[in-house]
Amino acid sequence: MASSILVYIDQFKGKALPASWEVVSVAHKLAETSGATVKALVLGTNSETLGQTAIHYGADEALVSDDPSFADYRPEPIATLLSKLAKDQQPEAIFFSTSTRGRELAAMVAIDLESGVLPDVIEINKEGARLVATRPIYAGKLLAKAACTSKPQILTLRVRAFGKPVEDASRSGKVTKVAPALAENEIATKVVDYATIEGRVSLGDAAIIVSGGRGVSNNPNLAPPAEFTDEKQKEIWRAQQGFKMVGELAEALGGALGASRAAVDAGYVPYAHQVGQTGKVVSPDLYIAVGISGAIQHLAGMRTSKVIVAINKDPEAPIFKVARYGVVGDLFEIVPALTKVLKERRAN
Amino acid sequence: MKIAVFVKQVPDSAAKMTVEGGVVHWGDAPLVINPWDEYAVEAALWLAEKYGGEVTALSLGDEGAKEALKHALAMGCAQAILISDPALSAPDASATARVLVAAAKKLGQLDLAIFGKQAIDTDTGLTTPMAARLLGWPSLTLVAAVTQLDAGAKSIRVERGIEEGRQIVESKLPAVLSIVKDFGEPRYPSFMGIRKASKAEIPIWSLADLGISTPESKVSWPQISSPPPRAATSELITGASSEEIANKLADKLITEGVL
Repeated sequence: MASSILVYIDQFKGKALPASWEVVSVAHKLAETSGATVKALVLGTNSETLGQTAIHYGADEALVSDDPSFADYRPEPIATLLSKLAKDQQPEAIFFSTSTRGRELAAMVAIDLESGVLPDVIEINKEGARLVATRPIYAGKLLAKAACTSKPQILTLRVRAFGKPVEDASRSGKVTKVAPALAENEIATKVVDYATIEGRVSLGDAAIIVSGGRGVSNNPNLAPPAEFTDEKQKEIWRAQQGFKMVGELAEALGGALGASRAAVDAGYVPYAHQVGQTGKVVSPDLYIAVGISGAIQHLAGMRTSKVIVAINKDPEAPIFKVARYGVVGDLFEIVPALTKVLKERRAN
Repeated sequence: MKIAVFVKQVPDSAAKMTVEGGVVHWGDAPLVINPWDEYAVEAALWLAEKYGGEVTALSLGDEGAKEALKHALAMGCAQAILISDPALSAPDASATARVLVAAAKKLGQLDLAIFGKQAIDTDTGLTTPMAARLLGWPSLTLVAAVTQLDAGAKSIRVERGIEEGRQIVESKLPAVLSIVKDFGEPRYPSFMGIRKASKAEIPIWSLADLGISTPESKVSWPQISSPPPRAATSELITGASSEEIANKLADKLITEGVL
């Protein structure tokens, strides 16, 4: 049997996460050198269309199902089908994107197939048939080279680590329907609903991130409403004004709003915005740190960003050590000025 | 309810990590309970208080891991067990999951097995779903809230943190949960708790006690290294006014091609 790489296409409500195409594209490049085929598995709604797109990005065949049991993500039915397909087709490797879903599925499939997982991979080197993966550990303070000692080799690929995939609409391939491996009554969970969290936070795949730290909270020129008597209340109010300002810069850039742990712990912004070792590890094209001193845990979470800009009043702040561009000054003046300039340039 | 919470001892997140001769060092930084696991302990205790039950903390590691367990005891866990065996050196996630699952089975009659989101050292986040798969229980990862639980009817409703917001899931019990920070700030150990923990006898279970042979790791780590230093050709942007600084910075960013 010709060797193959199986790729799981991560999707939500019929829309693929862009990271899925990165993974297909990486699999395609690896397969090209060895004559292997790439098979993309798309489960959920809109699976045939997504399967076609997967072929455009480098898959040779798409395996698809719109079965109702896949409409909402649940790990058990998907992992069971993945494992069944892998047992039938004996792929060399199974690739996922490092998403909440990809990580979980990779883990479960590895148990079924008695293999190992290399999670959150940022580089792949081929040594014969063996894939040697580079992955950050200790939130990127160290790098580990790792390999699976059995087959299939199961990898999850970090979002944005492998470059932009290119769609080629002239590519064609077979789209094959697959049947679910679990019946609804064999699944112990049910998805009841979804809730959105306030504001748009998709730090993982954002090309631009603007983050605020504690420094954002102490604008001396702001007078909190007179009815606020409690000091903590005043502090939170000031911080929220500060984060609104940082958010406006993020919005002007079409980017996402991030925050330091100090700002999250102080209650200024929800945890979903936290960048760092106990938050999200990010790697955008542009990272602007506003009023962030740069604790080691924060630096670990953003140091691989392509261009880092630091705006801080303290010239000794450690954040300047990793910054490409630094501005020492009053962030409450510089940030609005930058927002204004960028908006004007966008408009022209 | 019978709840097990699994914790790991790791170098403090403030540690500066270095590698010498392939061996990882963390300088004089202390070893602490994995920060994510504190949220797991908090969730376990909160659930036990709200819905009735008792929490056992377990850790896989050497003698030093007793400190992580003592922290869990001081927070309020009823008992703690250390799983330790010289045959287990640097197990991968799947081997770890196999050992922890054997311990969960030895405890018996569990309703919930609770983990942190991931460990801040190896950063895999794989152990929870692996344990769920081995136990054959539902995997409820990244739980931000438990909104309903019926121990009698063996059902639970959770909110999971996903890329798109929150997914609300109903599940049968027993189940395996991993907890994220939104669940709520972990409580500080009380004075009484610390005293109790310092006196606690922590039993040690070996692989023989668990009735399993050494599980095989499926991943090898041929090399660990420090990342290449960031070429920080740092450039300070200055100007007579904020507008001038903003314009200069915008020019630079356009030249870098990141806008």
